[in-house]
Amino acid sequence: MIALLRRELLLAVRHPADTLAAVLFFLLVTALFPFGVGPSPETLARLAPGALLAAALLAALLPLDRLFGAEAEDGSLDQLLLSGLSGMQITAVKAAGHWLTTGAPLLVAAPIAGAMLNLPVEAWGVAVLALGLATLFLSFIGTAGAALTLGARRGGVLLPLLVLPLTIPAVIFGAAGIEASASGLPARPFLLLLGALAAAALPLAPLAAGAALRAD
Amino acid sequence: MAVVRGERIVFAGLSFRVAPGEALLLTGPNGAGKSTLLRALAGLVPLAEGELLWQGEDALAEPAEHAARLRYLAHAEALKPSLTVAENLRFWSSRWGGDIAAALEAVALGPLAELPARMLSAGQKRRLALARLALAPCALWLLDEPSVGLDTASVARFGDLLARHRAAGGAVLAATHVPLPLPGARELRLEPAA
Repeated sequence: MIALLRRELLLAVRHPADTLAAVLFFLLVTALFPFGVGPSPETLARLAPGALLAAALLAALLPLDRLFGAEAEDGSLDQLLLSGLSGMQITAVKAAGHWLTTGAPLLVAAPIAGAMLNLPVEAWGVAVLALGLATLFLSFIGTAGAALTLGARRGGVLLPLLVLPLTIPAVIFGAAGIEASASGLPARPFLLLLGALAAAALPLAPLAAGAALRAD
Repeated sequence: MAVVRGERIVFAGLSFRVAPGEALLLTGPNGAGKSTLLRALAGLVPLAEGELLWQGEDALAEPAEHAARLRYLAHAEALKPSLTVAENLRFWSSRWGGDIAAALEAVALGPLAELPARMLSAGQKRRLALARLALAPCALWLLDEPSVGLDTASVARFGDLLARHRAAGGAVLAATHVPLPLPGARELRLEPAA
């Protein structure tokens, strides 16, 4: 499994455009809000938690439909399924690789996005934590979605329709946590709930994704 | 055995056995189900009917165990163009063991080890896919038109690989339209199902 993860990361290093595209998409979407809402700092700060979460999840969703598509096209997926690793192991590594190459870089960009949305500096730490957990949740749920829609016509359109509704709880708890911390309240309960979501997705999503891969 | 793909019977009523060291050539017109049969034997396509036995036991009961005793060479080379020739083999050598340099020598790609795979010609890519077979010994090779794009010298080297594999007790099933360097191979002719 370590060897497969190393292969994933090496491929991401050789194709930095995918990671860069997700980060730039995230920053551009958050940059659109001040233009649409107007320059009133209070309104922006009010919108910031939800906007951050929604933009980060959409950005992390971008490379998901190629997660298995590229492997299936060049025959690598068949070989991976015959590598002796179980479907669950393969998809768990894929999900972890997706988070490390898209979710984690978004966290680095999160303070910039937060500044553009006039998020109070005190809330930046919680924002990074909440985004990290929410994108981790998305990486795993999204991997299951990618495995299910693999081979479907218009799979790229189907995938967000399938995955985004499932991320609603992550958006609610994540945004509530950031908002609480911005107004000086404890964010811990919301982050714990978000963590519980991610912890549930960690084993369950690869289980479903592995079964879906084998069935294709 | 029978395999059904999308309400169409690809083949049915098929039965054969392969002994260690033996070679079986799958021949037949396009669409006869040669590739599908190989994929079914690898466990990538479910059998609609019949069973696949390995030494008398159900081979597909433990997919990971079945996968460990076979190598499958498909039409698609399963190479990553951005990785170097050696890097393309690294993951597989970590799974199966085997020396990357020796495997590349066996297909005469040693001098190109540090080149990105996208720079390879079609025949060289095929040889790199064959290098996966040379990494570590295993019991069964499932080959789908393995010699496509190979020059005469490469076919001869591929013949050495096959001979070594069979001498060590390995079986070969190969779908092909052209003669392969497999002396004493039996032939199984597939006809398109009506």
